[in-house]
Amino acid sequence: MNDHTTKMTCEEFQSQMPELIASGENASEHPHVRECDLCRALLQDLETIAEAARQLFPVEDPPDRLWEQIESAIKQQEPSRG
Amino acid sequence: MSGAALRGLSVDPPRKRMTPSRLSMHTPEGSSLRSAAVTAAEPDPETSPELASTQAETPAAQESSAPQAVPPPPPVPGSDADILARAQGGDHYAFAQLYAMHKRRIYSLCLRMVGNVAEAEDLTQEAFLQLHRKIATFRGDSAFSTWLHRLAINVVLMHLRKKGLSVISLDEAMEPTPEEGPGRSFGAPDLSLAGSIDRLALERAISDLPAGYRLIFVLHDIEGYEHNEIAAMLDCSIGNSKSQLHKARLKLRDAMRTMPRREGRR
Repeated sequence: MNDHTTKMTCEEFQSQMPELIASGENASEHPHVRECDLCRALLQDLETIAEAARQLFPVEDPPDRLWEQIESAIKQQEPSRG
Repeated sequence: MSGAALRGLSVDPPRKRMTPSRLSMHTPEGSSLRSAAVTAAEPDPETSPELASTQAETPAAQESSAPQAVPPPPPVPGSDADILARAQGGDHYAFAQLYAMHKRRIYSLCLRMVGNVAEAEDLTQEAFLQLHRKIATFRGDSAFSTWLHRLAINVVLMHLRKKGLSVISLDEAMEPTPEEGPGRSFGAPDLSLAGSIDRLALERAISDLPAGYRLIFVLHDIEGYEHNEIAAMLDCSIGNSKSQLHKARLKLRDAMRTMPRREGRR
């Protein structure tokens, strides 16, 4: 285990978090996270947010009038195409 | 915290409702969307390697190595492929069917990206008008839904650029400010989200994100694009994409933690 990573401060660890997370490594196994409740909680929260985002799905239907507008615009375009 | 869960956070997220075995690989279009998409369109193996590998396991793919290729069967009348083919041929009714099939997904995307109902409606309209103009040029190099989705994103990005939002002049926002420094974000464990987030509260927090953060968060965490794809779309570096996504998540965390418990959490 790298001595520096073990003794890393929260600030140092968090500055590396974007890259660490994006790398696909198991950040929870990072020596600092194993020792630090705060950074562990942060990591868990970010995980929760990312997971919740993945669960979001398209829920909004556009208003019905939108199709009417699109249809109207298409009809206007078509004569000009010749 | 499980390794798999963290990988879910780190490796580009799979599209929702995918099976666990596919969590580590995805395309911008999820399985649910793909199932609704026009199936006649063949995925591009270069851009959708997971699809290529999936295809390679199918009997049809195995047969493709046979000396004589069998031509694909004509679209089943009323199928997605048939609707697409008819729309490409100028059939208005088929185009209306395409709209009905994809309007929710496209509108939701626009709404999340711009955070404004009126703009989202305009952009949805523009996306489908562009679709109408360009649909004949769709050649099936990717799934139709992927193609349409990309078209809609480009419409939104063009709109944002016209509005003067240099999407990643947000690079400036990448520089940590005293308020946004890394040490600020963590808090006492008793204020953590405790693994539970209310969907509506999250939607609201996302809509309140600064535009650049919201864009990258939506593209990566909701739509499932990878950092390299986002970087190409937004003309920024991959590092910027990663950093902005991280900051977006931190901001969301702050927002969720400051919401009233009853409103913001389950």
